[in-house]
Amino acid sequence: MSSLTLYASDVAALMRKDLRLELRARDTLPAMLLFVLSTLVVFHFALPTGTSDDAAYGLLWIAIVFTALLGLARAWAPEREGGALDGLVLAPCDRSAIWLGKTLAVFVFLTAAELVALPAFALFFAPVDLVAIAGVVLASVGICAVGSLLAAMAAASRGREVILPLLFLPLAIPLIVGGVGAGISPQGATYLSFLALYDLIFAILAWATFEYVITE
Amino acid sequence: MTALDLDEVGFVVRGQGLEKRYGRKRVLRGVSFALPRGGFLVVTGANGAGKTTLLRLVAGLAAPTRGVLKVTGDRRDLGFVGHEPLVYHELTALENLELFGRLYRVADRRERSGMLLERFGLWDVRSDRVSSYSRGMVQRLALCRALLHDPALLVLDEPFTALDENGAGVLDAELASVAGERTIMLSTHDPARIATLATDRLVLA
Repeated sequence: MSSLTLYASDVAALMRKDLRLELRARDTLPAMLLFVLSTLVVFHFALPTGTSDDAAYGLLWIAIVFTALLGLARAWAPEREGGALDGLVLAPCDRSAIWLGKTLAVFVFLTAAELVALPAFALFFAPVDLVAIAGVVLASVGICAVGSLLAAMAAASRGREVILPLLFLPLAIPLIVGGVGAGISPQGATYLSFLALYDLIFAILAWATFEYVITE
Repeated sequence: MTALDLDEVGFVVRGQGLEKRYGRKRVLRGVSFALPRGGFLVVTGANGAGKTTLLRLVAGLAAPTRGVLKVTGDRRDLGFVGHEPLVYHELTALENLELFGRLYRVADRRERSGMLLERFGLWDVRSDRVSSYSRGMVQRLALCRALLHDPALLVLDEPFTALDENGAGVLDAELASVAGERTIMLSTHDPARIATLATDRLVLA
């Protein structure tokens, strides 16, 4: 097998492991689904009648980012129990595969939450067009790529519940700007390009630095 | 013996003046040792003497603050048992070994997993989640994981912990079967148990 095939096989095995753990424990995805839905319901009643769609899109992104944060905070919990992360670090696979497997698993969970959030948003607030959906997908890639790296950093520290939001939220601001822009701006394609560029840069950075984040 | 001599006689692990600090706390100070190929080094010392830290350095899970540590081979050659089992609690024993076997590129991982689970008395509970295991059963699984890829260097941090007499007997037999062929570094509070196998001893103060 070529090294690329082996790498893809490692990533797939690590992602499958996370999906299997979630299917068994069910302690991340249900919380994300309930959170995003209840947040949108609360926003629906909190917003005054006649509020513009632009403002509503901002609230959609608040719901998405904090739902992602909820998932990211739990992302490395299985690795913390029993020192499984050390087991992965010792394995002779490329350590970036650990990050990529985790990123893909978190992306699956976040996409599931968004599959609930977007119809709910369309029902309560405003229709969602294809450019807005593309914005959600691209921003989600960035959220998961950066978030998985930062969550791994936070997981190693005592104050992980505080550290993760402090690290993640500032880096998520460009994603919120891009996501909201793709939803409300007539130049939605420009915002999509911006999100794609963010994803590319931060995915490469996270891929390259993960090894140094998880080793002492 | 000079550093060059140490390399020439085939030392697998060699540490010189190793020191490890966590913040202001120094947990390891000036430790030097050499472990030849096929050697069996027993590391002893009181609680807090730095045994676990030293073994984590050798495993590559931490870097020394000062000193030189040379370990021959790569991660594929290392089998490590630490204080924690390094397995997933919500996976079964078989699923854990399948995952780690894949990451270690063990070609016949199913046969090897089955053989190890049988040997360590976990075959009947192979499909149970690790979270339902007793501490001793988890330790047996940790040993299976460390031995799965038939490593050339075994680094075992108090591997007899939590094992009952039967489990300890299985580990005794396993160590006896690989001693001399494999290089072993083992920390314990009961050096008498493996006195007949040990080739060297390092006492940490």
